Amino acid sequence: MRSIIKDGQVTQDSWQVLRADAQGQYPQVAADVDVIVPLGLWLADKAAWQNRLGKTAVWLAPDDDPALLAADLSSLPLVAVDFPAFTDGRGYSLGRLLRERYSYAGELRALGDVWVDLLHYLWQVGFNAFEIKDGKDTDTALAGYDTFTERYQSTQREPVPLFRRRVTSQ
Amino acid sequence: MYRYDEVDHRIVRERVEQFRDQTQRFLSGALTEDEFRPLRLMNGLYVQRHAPMLRVAIPYGHLSSRQLRKLAHIARTYDKNYAHFTTRQNIQFNWPELARVPDILAELAEVEMHAIQTSGNCVRNTTTDAFAGVAQDELLDPRAYCEIIRQWSTLHPEFAFLPRKFKIAVSGSLEDRAATQVHDIGLHVVRNEAGEVGFKVIVGGGLGRTPIVGEVVKEFLPTRHLLTYLDAVLRVYNRFGRRDNKYKARIKILVKAMTVAGFAAKVEDEWLHLKDGPSTLRDVDVAHYASYFTDPAYDVLPSNPAELTEKLAAEPAFARWLERNTRPHKQAGYRSVVLSLKKTGVPPGDITADQMDAAADWADRFGYGELRVAHEQNLILPDVRERDLYEVWQLAKSQGFATPNVGLLTDIICCPGGDFCSLANARSIPVAEAIQTRFDDLDYLFDLGEIDCNFSGCMNACGHHHIGNIGILGVDKNGEEWYQITLGGSQGSHTTIGKVIGPSFAQADVPLAFEKIMTVYLEQRTNGERFIETVRRIGLDPFKERVYAKHH
Repeated sequence: MRSIIKDGQVTQDSWQVLRADAQGQYPQVAADVDVIVPLGLWLADKAAWQNRLGKTAVWLAPDDDPALLAADLSSLPLVAVDFPAFTDGRGYSLGRLLRERYSYAGELRALGDVWVDLLHYLWQVGFNAFEIKDGKDTDTALAGYDTFTERYQSTQREPVPLFRRRVTSQ
Repeated sequence: MYRYDEVDHRIVRERVEQFRDQTQRFLSGALTEDEFRPLRLMNGLYVQRHAPMLRVAIPYGHLSSRQLRKLAHIARTYDKNYAHFTTRQNIQFNWPELARVPDILAELAEVEMHAIQTSGNCVRNTTTDAFAGVAQDELLDPRAYCEIIRQWSTLHPEFAFLPRKFKIAVSGSLEDRAATQVHDIGLHVVRNEAGEVGFKVIVGGGLGRTPIVGEVVKEFLPTRHLLTYLDAVLRVYNRFGRRDNKYKARIKILVKAMTVAGFAAKVEDEWLHLKDGPSTLRDVDVAHYASYFTDPAYDVLPSNPAELTEKLAAEPAFARWLERNTRPHKQAGYRSVVLSLKKTGVPPGDITADQMDAAADWADRFGYGELRVAHEQNLILPDVRERDLYEVWQLAKSQGFATPNVGLLTDIICCPGGDFCSLANARSIPVAEAIQTRFDDLDYLFDLGEIDCNFSGCMNACGHHHIGNIGILGVDKNGEEWYQITLGGSQGSHTTIGKVIGPSFAQADVPLAFEKIMTVYLEQRTNGERFIETVRRIGLDPFKERVYAKHH
């Protein structure tokens, strides 16, 4: 169990993330644990993953194509996007695509190099769960939600951009 | 000009508080250097040779007298009484103390200014023609669109961590004075055959290591689709731009790799999903932003009043200044005045706190309280009555602003170079000064006529050397500073990338090489031909032969 942030709360979470080791090998997964597997493994043998005792979810790497997961989104309990480095912003586009183009409504979790200063933008593009990286505090990361009280753009949280609300409210 | 409402103020204040907190966490060790670097860069803060350097945004070069006085105050209080205008119409402070930067940002916020996205791998300050709104050759005023783009790009949650920096320029005039063809995105405000206003969209231009002139990806984009189309371009770049090599990470490399047609098709595909979505601009939205850029209450005045023509006849020096340092205005009886920041002996683009205060006073006294910053690193009084020009000239002279060299060889566009910048291979300021000294004779300088001279201290090309008619690039050869000369580059509607003439020069030999190049030009030019026209006509060989001749 580890602490994560989900829907604005710190909660305990038992999902395990399946990652390749330095040799590119994946460790064995016990049948009864809940596991988040990389897109490639999922696509290689969906039926096997779906028939496990534990739950199975999928994580996307920054260069993965979310269209490949489109057909499965309604049945997945969770989708995650990995941020190998916080300066790699591809995952922000993946978040919006999953929410807006593929209408994914379930838990969308940010993994990897994720910490307080990034939470606001991640929340705006549609992420609602955050696994804060080791060494960074999860409790204080909650403050990241409130960094900005307003924004100019159309976002997943507020699709009507400021310019429309401004003129309409006059 | 645009005025903040409560929301704009709040967003900037919240950004200041966010940055204050980030700075404190860095100073206390809670943020590592690697974590803090991208965060501080996104707020315009570099760590340079001597001290941090803070770059403050001047959106599309618009500045009020109140803002300029605040910049003067910051230069006095937090810096060494001066600052430096950049080729992105921004201003840089070279000596602030890291711990006091949040206080500077708080002061800037008071006058509706900030340092948001003046550096880092994000969408930078949108630039435009410094004469937007007042130029005689303007087709459509680009400023409302610049402000719409500024707001769209400010703290855009999807595009905070792009592969590399991203620059957008907008032009609405006949002559492209915004260098739109060497930007990541260049937009020309145009009217189609049906009379509808929209944009010609150019993508993939840029200088740096791989200079490329941008290409048109959309001939006509109706205004309402501006932001959804920008979102589509940025999303394609964000997802597919290279991130493995920073020298290949700009959008121009992606466009080349995909081909322009391939890139345009990918954008079109993305755009289909965004088109007509909530970011679609309605007429009422555009009108809202355009309402900030209406004309001031100009006086109805005759052109060429006696107060002007008498002085012009009596004082050749005044006439010379008027010819070079003022520009025609769309309103009869007015001109725009360029305050030259290219005086010999002063680093190009540098301005003192006293000069800032003086220019702010003139903007109030002779104009409507507004100034512009040109990407050529000069300051502009956009609206001066012709009858006041003589007085403005005398005042400008008294403050060292009146060197009549705008557009001439000594009006050098120049980066700060190795004296200040830790990226530079070579110093630019002393070499620029040596050139200015060599061509200090005004008769000679005027005879040479219009020549864009652009100078960069390294391959990053902040001084836009590729598009100078004559360009200089600082290079490092075994730890020594050398200078490569290019000829034939040009900005504007027919942007071309200059070509290197041959082996680079030692610092001391640059002015002589310039003199030889100018001699060839004077020998070869036909009646009224400008330098760039001669270079295009005769090619580089005559210049090469003279410059590299063994016995001459």
